[in-house]
Amino acid sequence: MEFIIITLVKTGLVAFILLTTLAYLQWVERKVIAHVQARVGPYRVGPHGLLQPLADVVKLMTKEDLIPDHVNKVFYVLAPFLAVFLALLSISVIPFGPAVEIFGIKTNLGLADINIGILLILAVSSLGVYGIALAGWASNNKYSLMGGLRSAAQMVSYELPMALAIAAPLILSNSLNLREIVDTQAGNWYGIPNWNIFTGGQIFGFFLFMIAAFAETNRIPFDLPEAENELVAGFHVEYSSMKFAGFFMAEYANMITVCSVATVLFLGGWHSPIPSQAGSGVFAALVHFAAAGMLFFHAMHAARPFDKITFPVFGVVISGIGAIFLAGAFVWPALGAAINGLFWYGAKTFILLFVFIWIRATLPRFRYDQLMRFAWLFMFPAALLNMLITAFFVALKG
Amino acid sequence: MPTTLLERYFPVVLQAILAFAIGTLLIGASAILGKRVRNAVKNTAYECGMTPYGTAKERFSVKFYLVAMLFILFDIEAIFLYPWAVVFRDLKMFAFFEMLVFVILILAGFFYIYKKGALDWTAEELKPVQHKIHVDLMPADPVPSEKVTHAA
Repeated sequence: MEFIIITLVKTGLVAFILLTTLAYLQWVERKVIAHVQARVGPYRVGPHGLLQPLADVVKLMTKEDLIPDHVNKVFYVLAPFLAVFLALLSISVIPFGPAVEIFGIKTNLGLADINIGILLILAVSSLGVYGIALAGWASNNKYSLMGGLRSAAQMVSYELPMALAIAAPLILSNSLNLREIVDTQAGNWYGIPNWNIFTGGQIFGFFLFMIAAFAETNRIPFDLPEAENELVAGFHVEYSSMKFAGFFMAEYANMITVCSVATVLFLGGWHSPIPSQAGSGVFAALVHFAAAGMLFFHAMHAARPFDKITFPVFGVVISGIGAIFLAGAFVWPALGAAINGLFWYGAKTFILLFVFIWIRATLPRFRYDQLMRFAWLFMFPAALLNMLITAFFVALKG
Repeated sequence: MPTTLLERYFPVVLQAILAFAIGTLLIGASAILGKRVRNAVKNTAYECGMTPYGTAKERFSVKFYLVAMLFILFDIEAIFLYPWAVVFRDLKMFAFFEMLVFVILILAGFFYIYKKGALDWTAEELKPVQHKIHVDLMPADPVPSEKVTHAA
């Protein structure tokens, strides 16, 4: 019974955090791309556009839900539902932190702890292609059909190198359970963290995985399914209101999932690069204090009078979080272990998410024949070679 | 801490129910909240504001089917790799050479489809494979036929 209550609470918390992150990832993306292009981005709704995601949701909810007569109604409605459903499902096997004990309750930070975690993620992400292909086909529109076809061929082509790139860390860890994979990456080797990307020698495998991840989530430079300047918007041309937004929700949720998987498989999950727990907690606190300090500094000569109030408020909240990290480091080690784990997992995942956004602001789109040639003639043999070399060295070392 | 199989998979089921609810809610909410104004123009397929012509169910390149079939062939290999990777430390070099043989066989097939041009999206059609032993079933015309000239 206790187990069921804990699981319900954890699922609720994760769903809340995931949906908030989804909404604010959109805001972060618009802000980052705006600043790359020397604009300010969303600025009007709330301080620095912070309420923009809420406004977007309200707007999309109340837009006309148009179902044209020429579409295949069942699959037209099913497609965005499938995309959202599958994108939200795979977060359930990702471990966010170590096993902790707070207030006498012992639990793993993360939802499910099953022995085929990585297989479940692969299976769900390969089902994800149905959402997009069905949307393209059911819309009965030339652009949609082209987008749907392209995305189906692209996603299955990059599924292959992705699966092969995942095989290399599996050889190092000898487990399909994500929590066990993270556990084998604990500790360090002469000061170098014992993560698969460093001591496992998977730096090449990590890049192969990330490239395949960009293609799997249909992000620039692989966003051929929605290539704006030739297919208008590709597979979602005929969609409106929340059904339209569903595809974007799915895209962002998939981004979070692949970044989490990359963190777990290659970057040591929740393990800190700083060996001691107290040192790691102090580092996390310093990061928060530095962010708060920047906010206080900018509040002194803010351009808008409103910022003189909001900046210090955010600064106080962030330094409060920093103080919790300090308390975890020196006063309450059980809490420290939990929040340090969450901090490092979050930091690694968000750095990868930032790379996704950064690349969108930097690179142009591939041509379709280049995209397919790259998948089959470079990614596939390279991932196979990476896997074989890893296996050879593991077999040699014993 | 979860102990039984049912308890281990309980969070996955719970998340599936939650994802189902969120998906239904999103699509249901916009269907209820949004107002609807229907007219003939809104009902046509979107083609950049032009009147749409023809059907969307056009014939498309056979390459798309081809890639799907190749994916199934090679993805089986990837799935074979996973259980192999889990027991790899127990079998060591034996497992490595067993997999090497398997990968070489797979790569032979990969080389064949590459030579066949199945991965070349710029080509118009598949190339015939050039065999070393060429049996000429229809020998060339021994007497060269007269060229038709279009003289004035």
